[in-house]
Amino acid sequence: MAKTELDLYSYWSWEGRPKITWPGDAKLAFWVAPNIEFYELDPPENPFRKPWPHPYPPVPGYSIRDYGNRVGHHRQMALLDKYGIRGSISLSAALCEHHPEIVSLCAERDWEFFSHGVYNTRYTYGLSEDEERAMIEDAMATIEGAVGKRPAGYLAPALSHSDHTIDLFAEAGGIYTCDLFHDDQPTPVSTRSGKRFVSIPYSLELNDTIAYVVQRMEPRRYGEIIRRAFDELLAEGSEKGTVMCIPTHNYQVSCPHRLRAFEEALEYITGHSDVWVTTGREIADFYLEHCYDDALAAMGAAP
Amino acid sequence: MSNPLLTYERRRYGMDHDRYDWSMLQDRPPVHWPGDKPLALWINVSVQHFPLSGPKPNVAPPGALTMPYPDLRHYTLRDYGNRVGIYRVLAALEHVDAVFSLAVSGQLAQRYPALMERLAGVGGEWLGHGWNMNAMHAGDVPEDQERQWIEQTLAALAKASPQPISGWFSPGRLQTPRTPELLAELGLGYHCDWVNDELPYAFSTAHGSLTCLPSCLELDDVFVLTQNLHSEDSYCQQVIDAADLLIEEATRLQSGRLLSLNLHPWLLGQPHRVRTLRELLDALLVRRGDAIWNAQPSDIITAARAA
Repeated sequence: MAKTELDLYSYWSWEGRPKITWPGDAKLAFWVAPNIEFYELDPPENPFRKPWPHPYPPVPGYSIRDYGNRVGHHRQMALLDKYGIRGSISLSAALCEHHPEIVSLCAERDWEFFSHGVYNTRYTYGLSEDEERAMIEDAMATIEGAVGKRPAGYLAPALSHSDHTIDLFAEAGGIYTCDLFHDDQPTPVSTRSGKRFVSIPYSLELNDTIAYVVQRMEPRRYGEIIRRAFDELLAEGSEKGTVMCIPTHNYQVSCPHRLRAFEEALEYITGHSDVWVTTGREIADFYLEHCYDDALAAMGAAP
Repeated sequence: MSNPLLTYERRRYGMDHDRYDWSMLQDRPPVHWPGDKPLALWINVSVQHFPLSGPKPNVAPPGALTMPYPDLRHYTLRDYGNRVGIYRVLAALEHVDAVFSLAVSGQLAQRYPALMERLAGVGGEWLGHGWNMNAMHAGDVPEDQERQWIEQTLAALAKASPQPISGWFSPGRLQTPRTPELLAELGLGYHCDWVNDELPYAFSTAHGSLTCLPSCLELDDVFVLTQNLHSEDSYCQQVIDAADLLIEEATRLQSGRLLSLNLHPWLLGQPHRVRTLRELLDALLVRRGDAIWNAQPSDIITAARAA
């Protein structure tokens, strides 16, 4: 039975919250989340969602994603290196097996790896609770085996969810989710195990695939909306402490006709001194240690 | 657990199919273009026939007719490209001595001999571009039908083209599971349909190896202008941004890069757009001429193979 209400968080108004001060007195925590994904050429049919718009072989969709791994990844990585940004990777775990070279390049740079399921062509839909638990564990164990550290965060594969997704991920040892788009600050999330668990803002609005594929933006307009979001969140951040995330894909933002516009935005953001350039895990760790209890107390006291 | 949704038969090192090997562009031996130019530029002009009637294809081609029969608006707008637009596009290309190839619908070669004669004189390499834009190599097209489309196309182009045909560019860059086998069997050497790389690479078939020379979809004029609905100025800016990035990268890594442009006379040949094409060609071939090797697809494949 579908629930009529989401029970992961309660209403909490943007006005009147306790102030978050990020490390180094920063007003804004800024992170970039490159999705590094593997899409299968011939995935099993899922009764709830079609992986590809074209009949087999889905040449257009498959090839551009493969292009991202073969060509785009290096370009995005070089750009993030240039601006001193460590990526927080939303990783299809099977990519550790298919393309370990990419995983090594990111591990050498001390980038974060969080779980994005096994393949981006395998959805949560149609799985029993036990099967979903097994899929989540498979992805966690595969990534841990490849990089020596268990992922802290989860973005469900292709944003496909069940009623148990976040409960199961917390039980698997995760501390944060990227699947909720309800806020511009981290917020406590209640799960059935009662573990300390948070949502870290991961913006769909600034996600390059939404911008380029759904909204069909011109590259410089994408750069412009990133700068506008940054200006607003930085200004608000001096009073409350905010988070800004740019989720990217190595087959979108890294294309040669788009990278320059993205670079201009990164240059602008990293040119500010009151910004904490960080990773998803570091934001979650800091929040859980310094802000989580205050937030719960303030939410309890809120009208 | 036996749920097929959690069974992974091709979870292994490399690709999940056997068409080509996995490798990252930046890890490969350096490519050197003639004259040590950092950037090769492949310009292709797609010269297409959209039939007025007939069975609908499994997947609509880019630029498809969409209205109930007779769809005069789209039929004639596409035909405009072959009557008027192509001559403007040719003038713009010839004005800067551009080197370019032509992907031609087989049925058009049969229909418009006068146009074919003009195209035979431009000196470019010809590629098979399907029988017409409704002959989509997609889904469950019967093998005999697909083979016939390719054979008819190659026969029609052989009569019109000054050179033998070795390249294939499927309408809409789509393929059936057996397209590569048929192309190899019918004697073709390369296709342009899998846009998963920037350089040519070896592509396996059951009838021997082909080369894939990817034709960039993201900078295809139809994709940028009619699907993304970007302005002409933005299209021009995107191509120039791409060229500058690739020239910078090629120079820094001492390995040639490739920019591919696919142009449609029915789109860029409109009077309000052809100026953009002239600006683009000026930006690339005149203002960046020292950095660019503008070449035919087969020459690009040969030079890349030498790496």
